[in-house]
Order: sequence, then structure tokens, then C-alpha cells
Amino acid sequence: MSIKKITFGEILPTLRIIKMSVLVNKDSKVIVQGFTGGEGTFHASQMIEYGTNVVGGVTPGKGGQRHLDRPVFNTVEDAVKETAADVSVIFVPPAFAADAIMEAADAGIKVIVTITEGIPTSDMVKVKEYIDGMDLRMVGPNCPGVITPGEAKVGIMPGFIHKKGGIGIISRSGTLTYEAVDQITKTGLGQSTCIGIGGDPIIGTTTLDAVKMLMDDPETDGIIMIGEIGGSMEADAAYWIKDNATKPVVGFIAGQTAPKGKRMGHAGAIIGGKADTAAAKMEIMNECGIHVVESPADIGTTMAELVK
Amino acid sequence: MNIHEYQGKAILKNFGVKIQEGLVVDTPEKAVDAAKELQKATGTTMWVMKAQIHAGGRGKGGGVKLAKSLEEVKQLAKDMIGMTLVTHQTGPDGKLVRKVLVAQDVYYPGEEETEEYYMSVLLNRQTGRNIIMYSTEGGMDIETVAAETPHLIFKEEIDPKVGIMPFQARRIAFNLGLSGNAFKDMLKFVTALYTAYDKTDSSMFEINPVLKTTDAQILAVDCKVNLDDNALFRHKDYQELRDLSEEDPAEVEAGKYDLNFVKMDGNVGCMVNGAGLAMATMDIIKLSGGDPANFLDVGGTANAETVEAGFRIILKDPNVKAILLNIFGGIVRCDRVAQGVVDAYKSIGDINIPVIVRLQGTNAEEGAELIDKSGLKVHSAISLQDAANLVKELV
Repeated sequence: MSIKKITFGEILPTLRIIKMSVLVNKDSKVIVQGFTGGEGTFHASQMIEYGTNVVGGVTPGKGGQRHLDRPVFNTVEDAVKETAADVSVIFVPPAFAADAIMEAADAGIKVIVTITEGIPTSDMVKVKEYIDGMDLRMVGPNCPGVITPGEAKVGIMPGFIHKKGGIGIISRSGTLTYEAVDQITKTGLGQSTCIGIGGDPIIGTTTLDAVKMLMDDPETDGIIMIGEIGGSMEADAAYWIKDNATKPVVGFIAGQTAPKGKRMGHAGAIIGGKADTAAAKMEIMNECGIHVVESPADIGTTMAELVK
Repeated sequence: MNIHEYQGKAILKNFGVKIQEGLVVDTPEKAVDAAKELQKATGTTMWVMKAQIHAGGRGKGGGVKLAKSLEEVKQLAKDMIGMTLVTHQTGPDGKLVRKVLVAQDVYYPGEEETEEYYMSVLLNRQTGRNIIMYSTEGGMDIETVAAETPHLIFKEEIDPKVGIMPFQARRIAFNLGLSGNAFKDMLKFVTALYTAYDKTDSSMFEINPVLKTTDAQILAVDCKVNLDDNALFRHKDYQELRDLSEEDPAEVEAGKYDLNFVKMDGNVGCMVNGAGLAMATMDIIKLSGGDPANFLDVGGTANAETVEAGFRIILKDPNVKAILLNIFGGIVRCDRVAQGVVDAYKSIGDINIPVIVRLQGTNAEEGAELIDKSGLKVHSAISLQDAANLVKELV
């Protein structure tokens, strides 16, 4: 019987799988697309300040320059080649954002987080088709991003309200996520990973995708699922939770008072038929064993009771 | 963005979709001229007078009528232009009719019976692909059909790589029970309709009814088009199709300041940053015994100017008895918002209803201090629950 010599390089991937939190962690090598623009610059600095491993950025035509003490590349391909980046966060304006997402996918980026709001839906139909079957995860668009407190902040959320802990948060909204984060921090629990999935009709990571990731994550003890009117994502997730949940789930649906046929800020937040309403979603979630709160002020305390 | 029937039909026609022809007018005299012109062009001897408002259910409300003579055209145009049309979609106040579409009569007698179908193109959010939804039950409210006879609704999903394929168009025509010329006409109709939807970057095209005429032609009798606001930068010509008179004046005003506003009929106004939190704030107002008077998302750039604009818009509503300002500072700094509130009070001068200000997040303490020092009669709250309790107290 021969004993195979195991190199550190062989163990590393395994270790990473065990240690890896959801989507991003302190080892993530992050690039910023739209790096030198106003939004990109501001949020890249914030991310760096938080401790995220930002390895560079992309602005076509500005390759070779340095920005925020990091290299700027003309293409995502160049950035990946030089920095081995595996995560990209996109701040490119709406008219060019679909192209930026596909460029990141083409270059082999594994986690693509698109912050941009206002991308034409028809562009996202093409993006979804393009990335279909590729080994990557798209988050957003029109989202605040992803944060694993204490490890990496890939997005625009205010870092200081977060605290490392065991509650995973999924939300279609930005500030409402912050509200839930803040409540959880104040209960003393803290967050494992918060995923802003985005408010658009077509998004890369659905509520169900995010629920599955957090359910599988050893660092997560409980899940907060924040939805809103429009679409069937919350119901899809609820049915899966009914059969597969191993952790408590607290749910809230925004828009219980929203009128029919009106777009409530988010492109995807519109009541067409009955299934789009908050009432319909809350009923299904309740039936599936999710702890549904009527008031957004009760999200934190309800979760604290459950994981006590 | 919603557009009128006549505008939607013009787009369809441009893409080769056969439509019920018509001309839009705004006076009875022009209606008569239009009727004559249509007679010359199409041979029609009767005219359908259709009130142009952005709402469905016009027929039942008296907004669609048949004119059998030029005198009737004139009389109906006179009746319709300036009337307030109330349908199940307009709300009790109804909508003012400013224009009338004079259209050819397409239900003329002939060899075959007429048939009405339903057809729409829209996004299937679950798959991220567009679908053509259609039914043999045309001319009815599709939600009723979906509830009562769901087996009569068919869906054809379009692969974005190749667009609509001939076999899909054939399947649709077969499922609708067509043959002969009507079958061939439907293939052209479906293909052109999908192309129009695709090329215009629309959110929805709904044709109800699609008509099979007595001489086996397929055409669009009505149409409801919703263009994707986010794609309008690619379609500058469609921006002109926007009819501001169809929109709530307060919503139009808010749009000028990049505020996302939806008018409602409650008694507690609210101003919030972020769409999700704004909806959640409306919900908490309701749970506290009030009724939300609006949805208002000030977005990521809440500053003195936008806060003041928001206050002014909310205060125009006489039903509003209190205002809840709920800001979770991320990028937005609470002290700036607080300064905005102080400035707005000074600038507006007479805010006589209670205002609850809840600031949380970035620089929340500095913001609260600013408000407290200002001497304004503002109720400040820290947690969402505090804010809810204050609403309960004040309403």
C-alpha cells in the first residue's frame, strides 16, 4: 500500500470548501467594473476600507493606470489573467451593464454582483440566456450586493451596521435589508451572509437559490427572507423550505398595502394577478412553516426568539 | 410607460401587424373628416368610436360605440370628447376623454362567422424568457378566463437565441382551430406581433380581441402596450408618446425631482429611501391604525432639495393628517437628510400637521441632534417600532 504524498495545493481547495462562507469570503479576489467612475470609485474605496480584497478594476481605455492604489485593466480578461480575480462587482451604467455582465462571465468570473439599476429587461433576457449553463453565480442586478461580515463586503451596503454572526439574510430590497441587519445586530445575533438579490424582474440569484445556499452553509443558523409584491419567487422558495428546511426561516413581504397595477419603485414590484400580492405570498409562506411577520419591526425579535 | 390604443396600433402596423384601421381626432368636425377618409380607404360604411384613455373596460363604461352614419359619428364624438369615462380600471373619479379613435367597422357580414381570440406577449419571470399567451376566449377579461377556464389559455415560450420559430406560430394557429387563409394570416400576425414586442423593448403587448373577420383575415381590434421605461433611452421617438394628462399630477411633479411617487388615498403620508423600505413603511402605517397616503421613494440621493419637494407634494393632499419620514442611512447620510427637513420647514413655512422623523444608519445621531436643536415640532423616532407607536398615537 502506497501512501500518496499530499501537497498543500491539493488540500487547499478542500479547506476552502469547508471554510467558504456563502458567495464571498476574505479570500475572494474582487474586481470592480466601472472602477474609475463616480459610483465605482466611491464604493470601491468603501469596500477596501471594510477589508475586502479588491485586487483591481476595469475601465475600457484606462488600462495600465492605477486607481485607489490598484491596477486598472481594459478588459475583464486582462484583469483575471493578472490578478486571478474570481468575483466582480459591476457599477457600469444601465445601457452598458448587460455587456459588462457577459464580459465578466466570458472571462471566467465565478461570482458576478451587479449593482446597476435600470437595465432594460430585454437586455437581461439575453444575459440570462448567455450565462445559462455556465459555472458562475450572478447576483442582481439592481441590488445592494453581498456581504459576509468581517470577511468581505461586495456592494454598497453600509458596513458598520453589520456584525459577524449566524443569521443569513435574503432580500429584494436595499434599505429594507439594512433595516433587518440593524435589528439583528441589535439583538446581538449578527449575520453570516446577507444577499441582496435585487428588485428587477430578471435576476441571477432567486430567493430559492439564496435560501438553498444559506441552508447548506454551516455558519448560518437561521434565515431571514424578505420579499415583496410581484412574481412568484417567495412562493417557490416557500415550497422548497417546507420539505427541506433544517433551520428556522423568518419571512416578511413588503407591499401589503400596495395598489394593483402600479410599479412600486422596483421594476419587479408590481401586482398583476392575485399571486403577486403580499397576502397570497404570506399565506403560502405560513403554510410552508415560515415564521411570517406582518410588521417589518418584528423581524429581528422574531428571529431572536427562534434561535435562542 | 403606458401608451394609447391608437399609438400602440401605429407601432403594430409599422411592424406589419394587421390592425383595425382608424384615425385619432380631438373634435367632432375632425371625426367626420376622419370617417370619410376611412370610408375611402377601407370601404367601411360604419365606424367604431373609441375613447382614448389609459384604462381597460371602456366598452362597458360607454367609451366604445358604433356609428352608423356620419351624423352619428359627429354626435358620438361630441358626446365622448370631454366626457369623464369611468371604468373598473379608472377608479371612481374616472378619466377625462380628450381624443377619440374613429375606426373602421371590422365586424361586417360575410361568409364565415367572426371569431375573437386573446393574445399577449410578456415576460415569464420564472424562466426569464418571453412568452406568447393566447386563448380562444377573446374579448373577455383574461383574468376571468384564467380563473374559470385555465385549460383554454395556452403559452408559447420564445427562445431568445432564435426568436419565434415558424413551428411555434403554426402551433398557435392550430391551437386556435384555424385553417385556410385565416391560418396563414395568423402565422404572419403572430410573427409580426412578437417582432414588434421584441424590437420595441416592450414589457407587454396585449391584443384583446384578435379578430378573425368574416373573410378570414386576422387583425388586432384593440391593443394595450406597455413600454419598458428602462429601455426608452434606445427609443427617443417613443418618449413623445407619453401622455402626461393620463398620469396623476402629483406623480408627474415628483418625477421632475427623480422621486418615485405613487398616490394613494390614505391619511398618513410617508417619505422613505428605498422602494422596499418604502413599501414596508406603508405597511407599518396600516398596522398602526393609519392608512398610507402615498408611496414615496426619495432614492439614494435624499438631500435638502428632494426632501423639500417630497414634503410639498405630500402636503398638497388635504387628506394627509401626519407624515412619517423614514430614512435608513447607507450612502445617504442622516445628518444631511435632517438638514433637509429643517430647511424644508423654513422654506415651506406652514407645516401644520405632525411630522415623525425616523433616522437610522449613517450619522443617525448627528441627524437626530440637528432636529432636536432646531426647535421644530418634529417627533423623532429611532427604531421602526418607535415610529409605528408614534403613528398610532398621532392618528
